[in-house]
Amino acid sequence: MKKKSKTGFVIKNIFIFAFAIVMIYPLLWMLFSSFKPTNTIFATAGQLIPTTWTTDNYVNGWKGFGGVGFGSFIRNSLVIALTATLGTIVSSALVGYGFARFEFKGKKVLFTAMLLSMMLPAQVLMIPQYLWYKQLGWVNSYIPLIVPYCFAIQGFFVYLFSNFIGGIPKDLDEAAKIDGCSYWQIFVRIILPLMVPALVTGTIFSFMWRWDDFLSALMYVNKSAMYPVSLALKLFSDPGTSSDYGAMFAMACVSLIPSVVLFLTFQRYLVEGISTSGLKG
Amino acid sequence: MGNQQPVKTAASAPARKRKIGNPINNEKTAGYIFTLPFTFGFLMFMVVPMAISLYYAFCQYNILQPPVFIGWDNFAKMGSDAIYQKSIGVTFYFALVSTPLRLIFALFVAMLLLENNKLSGFYRATYYLPSIIGGSVAVSVLWKRMWATDGTINRILGINFPWLGDTRTAIWVLIILAVWQFGSSMLIFLSALKQIPQSLYEAAMVDGANGWKRFWKITFPLLTPTIFFNLVMQLINGFLAFTQCYIITQGKPMYSTEFYTVYMYDQSFTYYNTGYGAAMAWVMVLIISAVTAVLFATKKFWVYDGGL
Repeated sequence: MKKKSKTGFVIKNIFIFAFAIVMIYPLLWMLFSSFKPTNTIFATAGQLIPTTWTTDNYVNGWKGFGGVGFGSFIRNSLVIALTATLGTIVSSALVGYGFARFEFKGKKVLFTAMLLSMMLPAQVLMIPQYLWYKQLGWVNSYIPLIVPYCFAIQGFFVYLFSNFIGGIPKDLDEAAKIDGCSYWQIFVRIILPLMVPALVTGTIFSFMWRWDDFLSALMYVNKSAMYPVSLALKLFSDPGTSSDYGAMFAMACVSLIPSVVLFLTFQRYLVEGISTSGLKG
Repeated sequence: MGNQQPVKTAASAPARKRKIGNPINNEKTAGYIFTLPFTFGFLMFMVVPMAISLYYAFCQYNILQPPVFIGWDNFAKMGSDAIYQKSIGVTFYFALVSTPLRLIFALFVAMLLLENNKLSGFYRATYYLPSIIGGSVAVSVLWKRMWATDGTINRILGINFPWLGDTRTAIWVLIILAVWQFGSSMLIFLSALKQIPQSLYEAAMVDGANGWKRFWKITFPLLTPTIFFNLVMQLINGFLAFTQCYIITQGKPMYSTEFYTVYMYDQSFTYYNTGYGAAMAWVMVLIISAVTAVLFATKKFWVYDGGL
């Protein structure tokens, strides 16, 4: 009996391990391909480890295209992702606090609107928002990629924060209130320090989503000097722009570095954020 | 921006005695103030655009010239637009196939990973990583090259099949990419599975229930609320997939992978039938609402909502 379950355990683990390798094989393939001489990538597509290693692809890819270096694309992406994330986190924390700690008329309606905003993702809104931003004169700028996020429009974060604040004992608020704290001071001095784990989770998700955002960049950014990484990669991959697949894979790997590093460093926070909110990431 | 007001009020009042009249210190009004950013954002970036686009949906509009009101023509056009109808079929097929497959995979792997061992952390990370980066352009670009005729898949299999050029298989390249990203559902299932009391399984074992029976009588019913919630959210996301299709197939071949969102984008910004695009956005909202309503209507038949 015992022996049998041990064999079962080993078989199961071999299976899980093999399956894990299959799962990350595409990523490993891209990583190793980026170190192969570009003209051998497809001839040796069935082979994982390069026969000759080279870093030429990184050198060529980094030059970018149209006179704009890849470093500029990264800087653009950083500017967009960091400001939009800061706006998202600050505004969502405020709103989350409002939902978690106060009763007011119309709260239910507002909360429903928040849930609704989670079910109306960017793709449905793309044309409506374009028409509106065009009237506001926001097209051809970063404004549509940043400003809306400063108003807590992503229900995911509001939901995450308001749930987290709801778990903080209200006694703390009451005690602070007796000591003469205003609601604003309670928020800054009591709630914010206690919700740091949720803030970390939110910051990472927001940053990764903004970094990966392709659709709004495609619609609102026209000048190649202003391209974020996602849009630049898309142009790299277009037939005719360049057939240098080595350079494309190299820059694709570079573009994944922030997400992968954040993921590996803060895995615990992400797992917790997903598990507790029950929402997809 | 939206939070400047609370900052100012707080900064001007801290040392002095709290003024009763200050709305941020009034229990009745503070809630409005703290939620103000969302109220403003929701109106400004969701309600107003949707309302404006409702008007444009009844107009002939090409971005460059002012809109001309044409009544229901845009909606009538959908009835005779074969590609539009094809795109609805493709989108439904994609969402209805990839979402259940992804959830089944996620549940299966979550159950495998339930027992902790030394490698649990590694497995969890490996299975979750594709979800983290799967929406990026980098992965779409990679996927396109992997399934190309001279790509990795064919080299490994030793064949030369045009996966992306065949109307039967191209959609499956996108489905596999979607299923590959089962990691976040897996994590949600893992945490839900851990909350099922062990005592239930022990009692069932005493009664002689085998593993299969234990799954269908205990695990599955208790997971149905989680499954339901994920099904709704992911089905909606499935209907709205854009980047993968836009980069990998662009709807080719023969519109066999023409997603609704990609067709809407092309109509609006490639052919400049932006009024038509606005009408399509509104129809999408109606479709999503209808699907969600149908799912909620089925809820009482299979979702367990009792206590333990």
